Amino acid sequence: MPETSELELSRRGVLTAGAATAALVAAPVSAAPMAIAPSPPTPAMQVRFKVNGERRELSLDPRTTLLDALREHLHLTGTKKGCDHGQCGACTVMVDGVRINSCLSLAVMHEGDEITTIEGLGTPDKLHPMQAAFVKHDGYQCGYCTPGQICSAVAVLDEIKRGVPSHVQGDLTAKPTATNVEMRERMSGNICRCGAYSNIAEAMAEVAGAKA
Amino acid sequence: MKFETPATTNPVDRMKVVGQARSRIDGPLKTTGTAPYAYEHHREIENVAYGYVVGAAIAKGRINAVDTASAKAAPGVVAVVTSGDVGKLGKGKYNTVKLLAGPDVDHYHQAVAVVVAETFEQARAAAALVRVDYVRTNGRFDLDAALKTAPLTDADKPGKGEDRVGKFETAFASAAVKLDAEYTTPDHSHAMMEPFASIAAWDGDALTVWTSNQMIDWGRTDLATTLNMPKEKVTFLSPYIGGGFGGKLFLRSDAVLAALGAKAAGRPVKVAMSRPFMANNTTHRPATRQRIRIGTTKDGTITAIAHQSGSGDQPNGSPEAAVLQTNLLYAGANRLTSMRLAVLDLPEGNAMRAPGEAPGLMALEVAMDEMAEKLGMDPIAFRVKNDTQVDPKDPKRRFSQRQLVRCLSEGAQRFGWSQRNATPAQVRDGRWLVGMGVASAFRNHMNMPSGARVRLGTDGVVTVETDMTDIGTGSYTIIAQTAAEMMGVPADSVIVKLGNSTFPVSAGSGGQFGAANSTAGVYAACVKLRDAVAQRLGYNSADAVFDSGRVTSGNRSAALRQAASAGELAAEDKVEFGDLDKTWQLSTFGAHFVEVGVNMYTGATRLRRMLAVCAAGRIINPTTARSQVIGAMTMGVGSALMEELAVDKRFGFFVNHDLASYEVPVHADIPHQEVIFLDEADDKANPMKAKGIGELGLCGVGAAVANAVYNATGVRIRDYPLTLDKHLDRLPAVA
Repeated sequence: MPETSELELSRRGVLTAGAATAALVAAPVSAAPMAIAPSPPTPAMQVRFKVNGERRELSLDPRTTLLDALREHLHLTGTKKGCDHGQCGACTVMVDGVRINSCLSLAVMHEGDEITTIEGLGTPDKLHPMQAAFVKHDGYQCGYCTPGQICSAVAVLDEIKRGVPSHVQGDLTAKPTATNVEMRERMSGNICRCGAYSNIAEAMAEVAGAKA
Repeated sequence: MKFETPATTNPVDRMKVVGQARSRIDGPLKTTGTAPYAYEHHREIENVAYGYVVGAAIAKGRINAVDTASAKAAPGVVAVVTSGDVGKLGKGKYNTVKLLAGPDVDHYHQAVAVVVAETFEQARAAAALVRVDYVRTNGRFDLDAALKTAPLTDADKPGKGEDRVGKFETAFASAAVKLDAEYTTPDHSHAMMEPFASIAAWDGDALTVWTSNQMIDWGRTDLATTLNMPKEKVTFLSPYIGGGFGGKLFLRSDAVLAALGAKAAGRPVKVAMSRPFMANNTTHRPATRQRIRIGTTKDGTITAIAHQSGSGDQPNGSPEAAVLQTNLLYAGANRLTSMRLAVLDLPEGNAMRAPGEAPGLMALEVAMDEMAEKLGMDPIAFRVKNDTQVDPKDPKRRFSQRQLVRCLSEGAQRFGWSQRNATPAQVRDGRWLVGMGVASAFRNHMNMPSGARVRLGTDGVVTVETDMTDIGTGSYTIIAQTAAEMMGVPADSVIVKLGNSTFPVSAGSGGQFGAANSTAGVYAACVKLRDAVAQRLGYNSADAVFDSGRVTSGNRSAALRQAASAGELAAEDKVEFGDLDKTWQLSTFGAHFVEVGVNMYTGATRLRRMLAVCAAGRIINPTTARSQVIGAMTMGVGSALMEELAVDKRFGFFVNHDLASYEVPVHADIPHQEVIFLDEADDKANPMKAKGIGELGLCGVGAAVANAVYNATGVRIRDYPLTLDKHLDRLPAVA
């Protein structure tokens, strides 16, 4: 293994030890704690959007992500928080028909938008075809990444239909088709640690009318 | 019900519902986002404040002081809790290290404080204002250095830490063909999709916790111990669990801090760990350093086999038992296994899916491949030649069932193993070097007592209540199938309620013991309920047949619901075990087949095909069992090719502690996977005649991938994961 460079060493050193060192400088512990005036709360901002066809108006801390607005304010907990950093895809929703990671988007950025969550696709009594295909092919296990997988799967088939290219296409200018490799590539932002991928591919293939 | 003698014919053998492939009964909830997970109980609980955890910024040392003034003054903050605020906490039985730091810090990101505020955003912002003054001391973070002086485990017991049969050293020295090789596996993270999360609510001195936990009774008991309160005052609820893989076997800091935060705030508090906090705050699968020696005769008969492993953990921790399968998997007259355990100040090592066997087989099954090549034997033929139907240490003990050879031979046929070129680096497909690999799968079955309560309502509906959990394993569905089979009703008309500490204590989910034991517990309760039904109807319960919603005895017959027309019937029982698991060796077997392509220019490995053949007793639901296996195969691909918690040996922490830097397989990495279950029913295991499957599916996968990569490239890598940098400079020349 190559030696770690000096630059990396010092940079990582600062990063890890930073909190401890900063605290030593900033907070002389022997001194009596200073009276700290409470800082004013962050002013709330209004946002209006449609969720699953229903008008919603919220007054939010502007730091609230779209994900937390859905989960904590609208109690639409079908959209999951897996990482809160855009790394896992569990929070996938559709905004104006395009899938996004709702954790990477502030709610107040969505004024006037139309948002579709897993709850808007179908209900236990009336499943969306993709939801039904996931049940039929056992395209999930613990179920936590599942709403994000399903939202992504629906959006992926739409992207392929609309001709949005991906890097696994042989010809970027040709119209993509719903092949196994094409769907797996486009689904790779949605992690499933239970490892239901092979079954999800079959569920999607059934809905797309293609072979897994 | 005490299970002491092998099972005879029972109602489950009808297999009208049990053994049938069936969609999950919780499927419509999970696929519509309406199954509530730990952080999502808005309906049950209101006025919840948000807790955000502050983790230690050092790996080893002491907290000199914590200044919470700025945090307390921040907008919306309701309470800040540190160890200094809560008195002396107890320590649960199952966690090695205390869950709240102070004054000592035992590992990086050990919880130091929880900040409770009106909103998540306020709690997170205020948490950043908590100032901790640490005194950092030197820690032990280098496994290789620590193993140099680490003692053997059980060195104080007979055998002095070594498990021996015959004379290994003598036999190995005189063996005609020998292998002596070292293998390493890195630390692994469970990385389940649902972060650790809990909501805690106090009602006087009683505490209710909605959480995400595999073992309800362990978690409840350890939380009570930690908070120095009677267990009876704690209610623990985990109806849905977003994955665990062993990480959620135990009480963790989210539940403790939610409870402490709620007490301080005087209202319910919810705490979810942030993703980057999880890898260092919680447990992981410890890294191993393994040495394997195999000696054989010229014809490939093993005469000597030794497997030694070293791993590290916190003080009073336990080893990664990577050598155990080697005591049972292959024959050989002279044997040695041993483990060393170093003390490290890294985060706590503990169980992750197939603890022991997963990393152990990643080494052993590569060694078997290497040995077969030395012998000029086919790797399957070499394994078959050294099969054993008895415990090699105690030949009187037979395996209750052992179809390893059939798994290997049927798999070989199905996979097209005869097409494999035994000489490595011979097969090319465009820019891909193509190789095939095989490995045995082996994991013991464990008996665990498990209880359940079954009710027959006045409406004829059968309801099962047990504290068993469904972590994606399919417990809801297989328990419904079991009760349906026993009571003679369709699975659709069974209601299953799980993950609630007010229900009878079950086996819980872990060690692939959940499905077989929890359904055996439901079986036991159903036997009692059948007696009650027969008695109510005035039938002889011994000859009563429960089928198609009716109970029949001789020439008399009644609808099942009629038995409850005068009032609900309920029965509770649990399965307990005698010593059949000592008389017999209860194990599960399988064979993994893998085909890979290694890019001849970049060295990147891609999976092309995967097959698992499993022999694991009766398969209660082939659909959910198959999912367990393909999921385990996927995790096996991760451990083979990408998963590694990188240790910073100076500051003592796992560097890649999120889902972008700790890489796990994604859709693009996993091809179609095939699974075959051999038809089995193990009457020595339990009345269900079932064993475990969820970990068997992982056991051996990593080695099968590694063996396939070697077959593709001719470059043997003994240090996992098999990333391209480890063989790129040695790949065959691109002609």
